[in-house]
Amino acid sequence: MAGALIRVPSSARRGEIIEIKTLISHVMESGYRRTEQGTVIPRDILRQFVCTYNGVEIFRAEIYQAIAANPYIAFTTVATESGRIAFTWSGDNGYSATQSVEITVS
Amino acid sequence: MKRRKLIVAGGAVGASLGLGIRPVAAAPADLHAAIEALVGTATVNKGRVTLELAALVENGNTVPLGIRADSPMTEADHVTAIHVFAEKNPQPYVAVFHLGPRAGRASVSTRIRLADTQTVVAICVMSDGSFWSGSADSVVTLAACVEPA
Repeated sequence: MAGALIRVPSSARRGEIIEIKTLISHVMESGYRRTEQGTVIPRDILRQFVCTYNGVEIFRAEIYQAIAANPYIAFTTVATESGRIAFTWSGDNGYSATQSVEITVS
Repeated sequence: MKRRKLIVAGGAVGASLGLGIRPVAAAPADLHAAIEALVGTATVNKGRVTLELAALVENGNTVPLGIRADSPMTEADHVTAIHVFAEKNPQPYVAVFHLGPRAGRASVSTRIRLADTQTVVAICVMSDGSFWSGSADSVVTLAACVEPA
């Protein structure tokens, strides 16, 4: 559903440290802003980001209002085996989005 | 004096009507409370953590932030979490990143919001339970969070 951009090398050598870059389209409305009429715009943010490598969690972030709109998160992992790296974002109002990429490790 | 009182009174009325557009900035006390909630009575050592943050930021709505921790990231000695705080944001807790030996390097990048010119603090929790902190100052010209939609 969501517009997520993920940059992971499609292949890597075993033991190599690879960089994973993720960006997802989301307003991250802080709940501190008001409309011109003075009413508070309700908070609508992503709260959690989880990355799993062949089903094992390798990275997790709990995020708050101070993460900019369209959250960008980049981190590293060691390429251990071929398989699937999956990403899940979840947040306010029951928001949930999952995306995954394949990686070949030789 | 009278006029000053009037202005102050006007400001108070405006705020009570919800016309104030600037949220009350978090005082450094909030930052200390947030950090204390994390570390408890443990000591936070300075060092081993480097923040990459522009010294001058034009737009506080999206500020690139990189955090590197000096750690071998082995099974025996690694970073388990990186907590990020911004002292003058309405909510000083920015994010926490959980990582482990499988990260290979203790290096995380993201984009944050800064509501004011301030210091950003990162606290790393090591696998031996010790806390290490680093900080960076940033001057913000256009603050985040305050503009009406």
